[in-house]
Amino acid sequence: MKYRMAAAVLSLLGVLLAAYLYLYKIGAIPGLVCGTGGCETVQASPYARFLGVEVALIGVAGYAACLALALVGVGTGAERRHWSDRLLLVATTLGVGFTAWLTYAEAALIHAWCRWCLGSAAIITLLCATAWLGWRALGRATTAA
Amino acid sequence: MKTFYTVLGGIAVVGVGVLGWQMSRPRGAVIPADVVVTAADTAGFSGYVLGSDSAPVTIIEFADFQCPVCGEWDGVQWPDVNAQLVQTGKVRWIYRDWPIDGLHSHTRLASHAAACAADQGKFWPYKERLYAYQGQWSVGSSQYSQFRDYLTALGGDAGQWDACMSSAKYAGRIEASRELGSRLGVGSTPTFVIGNLVLPGNTPSDQMRRLVDSLIAARGAAPAR
Repeated sequence: MKYRMAAAVLSLLGVLLAAYLYLYKIGAIPGLVCGTGGCETVQASPYARFLGVEVALIGVAGYAACLALALVGVGTGAERRHWSDRLLLVATTLGVGFTAWLTYAEAALIHAWCRWCLGSAAIITLLCATAWLGWRALGRATTAA
Repeated sequence: MKTFYTVLGGIAVVGVGVLGWQMSRPRGAVIPADVVVTAADTAGFSGYVLGSDSAPVTIIEFADFQCPVCGEWDGVQWPDVNAQLVQTGKVRWIYRDWPIDGLHSHTRLASHAAACAADQGKFWPYKERLYAYQGQWSVGSSQYSQFRDYLTALGGDAGQWDACMSSAKYAGRIEASRELGSRLGVGSTPTFVIGNLVLPGNTPSDQMRRLVDSLIAARGAAPAR
């Protein structure tokens, strides 16, 4: 249970962070609190869009989906937890892969670092680890039962 | 379980509150280029002046805050020019805006930001900061907040600066400087006007020093030290 709760909290933080970047991208927020200026550089780069969609918006949707899956796992019995935990593990693994590509783009292609993007990378990595731990714990509990 | 939902709800409320506060931040200002210059725009203003009024040579720099060559000149040559010519009393330096709107979409905003910083006696450090961070604010869409941050980093009053920026009261003065530069023969930035001499480009400080010394020698004027 504690892993799903942790996953829910991390997912919510991810939603808020991605929403912040998306609101900046659509002009609803006048500027990012960044300090280095690298955030604007990254957000203005072509890598801030993926298949025509803002990466920040993909982040909002992805984290919201993770939040929903984590909350399903918190509030239901073991049977439902099985599929929600499995989906959460798949979603966060995809998220880690996508984030790894974006971090590579910052380092090697854009040559600028966005602290908020690095924050999101940390969140999705922790979220994936939490999902994996939750999945493993559920497997053990099922085997013991 | 109740504690968990309380914590989650608390994070959501705080997060949404922060986002709302960010959305309510000042959105920026528009500094028009197509203004009609009036006499009031330039009354009592003859550029941003540094150095002694009794200096034997006056140099007017026409520059564009978003021009990369101007930024390079300001970072590399200006410290030497300032130390060797202005601070020694040889030169009275005048900075004037010559925005190139066709190439630099944020240059008028930067010029106006500097004018509003000048209201608080911070033009020269602000100018240096604008050039030093030119590579950052030239991209993206948060120039206003970045310019605001530069002012507060210098200890300026952000509220007073916001009011100045939203009034766009120096739009006419900036255009007047551009028109003056064009009348004097400025066609690019940076350009330095020394009497009748128009010196365009990234002029090295050594060349400028030799020129100033030759002018002083020709006039037989001793530099005030």
